[in-house]
Amino acid sequence: MDEGVDAARPRRDRMRERAVRLARWGRKVAAAIGHGTVMFAMALGQLPITVVVMVGVVLTYSLGMVFFFPPAIRLGRWWTGIARRRAEAWSGVRIEDPYQPPPPPPVRQADGWYREGRTLYRTPRFPAWNRRLNWLTKDPATWRDLAWLVLHPITGAPLAVLPLLLIGYGAYLAAAQPWPGALAGAVPAVAGLLAAPYVPRLYGLWTRALLGPTERTRLARQISHLARTRTEAVDAQAAELRRIERDLHDGAQARLVAMGMTLGAAERLVDTDPATAKELIAKTREASAEVLAELRRLVRGIYPPVLAERGLGDAVRALALDCPLKATVEVDLPDRPPPPVEAAAYFAVSELLTNAARHSRAREVTVGIGRRGGDLRITVTDDGVGGADPARGSGLRGLERRIAAFDGELALHSPPGGPTVAVIELPGVLPVRDRPRATLPRRKIVLMAVCMGFSWLPLFAQGLVALVMKLVGAPRGWFVALYLPDPFSWLALIAFINLGLMMLVYGSYLAVEYEHSKRLAASA
Amino acid sequence: MRVVLAEDLALLREGLVHLLQAHGFTVVAAVETGPELLKALVEERPDVSIVDVRLPPTFTDEGLQAALEARKRVPGLPVLVLSQHVEQLYARELLADGSGGVGYLLKDRVFDAAQFVDAVRRVAAGGTAMDPEVIAKLLAGNARDEPLARLTPREREVLALMAEGRSNSAICQQLYLSESAVGKHVANIFTKLGLMPSDDDNRRVLAVLAYLNAQRS
Repeated sequence: MDEGVDAARPRRDRMRERAVRLARWGRKVAAAIGHGTVMFAMALGQLPITVVVMVGVVLTYSLGMVFFFPPAIRLGRWWTGIARRRAEAWSGVRIEDPYQPPPPPPVRQADGWYREGRTLYRTPRFPAWNRRLNWLTKDPATWRDLAWLVLHPITGAPLAVLPLLLIGYGAYLAAAQPWPGALAGAVPAVAGLLAAPYVPRLYGLWTRALLGPTERTRLARQISHLARTRTEAVDAQAAELRRIERDLHDGAQARLVAMGMTLGAAERLVDTDPATAKELIAKTREASAEVLAELRRLVRGIYPPVLAERGLGDAVRALALDCPLKATVEVDLPDRPPPPVEAAAYFAVSELLTNAARHSRAREVTVGIGRRGGDLRITVTDDGVGGADPARGSGLRGLERRIAAFDGELALHSPPGGPTVAVIELPGVLPVRDRPRATLPRRKIVLMAVCMGFSWLPLFAQGLVALVMKLVGAPRGWFVALYLPDPFSWLALIAFINLGLMMLVYGSYLAVEYEHSKRLAASA
Repeated sequence: MRVVLAEDLALLREGLVHLLQAHGFTVVAAVETGPELLKALVEERPDVSIVDVRLPPTFTDEGLQAALEARKRVPGLPVLVLSQHVEQLYARELLADGSGGVGYLLKDRVFDAAQFVDAVRRVAAGGTAMDPEVIAKLLAGNARDEPLARLTPREREVLALMAEGRSNSAICQQLYLSESAVGKHVANIFTKLGLMPSDDDNRRVLAVLAYLNAQRS
């Protein structure tokens, strides 16, 4: 009937929503500008550190004063460590430490000497120092740190204050020119405001490009991790087989031998003493039922029949039915994971349910099984008293070992007073249908590096700084644009600034795309 | 009485055929695979069928699936399922339609021919035969249920046997009780659990099983 009234309410809601969004955006811009200024100040504070570290390195390689090297590098690492954490906090981009693990200390030989290569030392001091030096010089992260220390003040730092610079430049234009020309100041100011929310992430990506681990380092780490988990998996497998062998040997086999003997005795007695023979046969029958029960228990421990027959979802439902707690199971798996994964997941859930029933004093427990990309994710939540600690329970440690073979991880959140939430993630164990391309082509990566690495040259050196120089009437120096006659020099300055901005924007765009493709490849 | 038998191990299949024939059953079909079983069940409409859960070609739960499918097409078709292991999950699926005529036993129970044949006849008559292990698990899972906790130990024994599908007279024999004593225990159990008493053995069992299952979900 009265559509005006009906329409007014949604419109008001929409207005409010828009206002909220605007406020959120404003906060984001303000935070980006504020933090950016702090980052810039940090980059200025970095200059003396850069100088000290570089002097140490130069002294080492020019004059052979190697004793300067480790402290210089340690100073550099201390500072990059801070920079990593700050960039991470500001941008939300996770930056891992890229360094190789420190070398093991030298081992004393039987004759009391320490051997390093072909040289013998009386004390461990020199070999240990040698190893440390080697560890520092051979680690690519050391050299990437140095590159960052030099490059950051002229790349990342200007990037951090870029929005502020643009807004300031706009304000300057507006103030310096008479009325209609002052409008031109709006263009950089608006650009600065619009760019501000994207600057933190770009800054983070740029920082990670040099301070994060390289693909090579990551692969090397992964290889050592895989080697360790493979050994553990093989060991666990062997121990399991040994246990099964022992169980069969002491249990079923022994009982079958006894049954055979009893039957033999019954056979001898069947004509002379049929009553005793009958008794012996009945005893054998009972023994056979016991053997069966024992084998059933053993089979359940190896590969539960219900898992083989029905798959993970129903097997976990069967577990829930056998659990003394009230258990709810939610399964969202379109297709079955490979059998070893199913078994690992099944035993993990079994362990967690047993724990919940035994220690948590819970009434209800919920099991959720689902997928995220190629990852299998299991959550077990109970409403018990909490306080579960994987370090104390051998069961939970066994569980972790079992899922470690699939790079799986157990996250246990169990505050005193409960509730307990256990999350198991088995990454990349489920088949993914279409696998996206891993990364960008090399050509684009080089282009990204060039754009990000050299955008400062047109933007600041030949652009903004030259502009300031022109305004204050300083000598022309090496500023190319200042050698041109007047209207053209202005145009050249604007062209330089624009070129720099474009390089920065395009480089960042490529960086985001690169990041995205890497994440897609990782989740596949 | 006409029987359809599904078991993939030849030795066990022959043994079962002999056992059944010795007790006066006629084995009209002894099959090996799931599809064959479904066909035999639907075409032969036997008085009772004995089915192994795991059958070729996939060696998963083909036998159980075929039995469930056949019961969907022919409601109330009596099926006794045998397995190397018992799962409450399967017991529930068999009992889900609430029409009786189902059995679910461990393969070991074949050793005691008299008891086994009794179970087969019970299923054929539209009753139930649940393995003691299923009932034990079911009762253990209901340990925190208050009405159940109020039962005396003797009443729990009677309840367990009743849930397996035994008749009053079978329970008397098993527990060395008089018929009237068993009747009294049964009446007590029904009062304590708040169930409607019923003279019909089958309906009584299904009510008890439904009660035990309902508390768990």
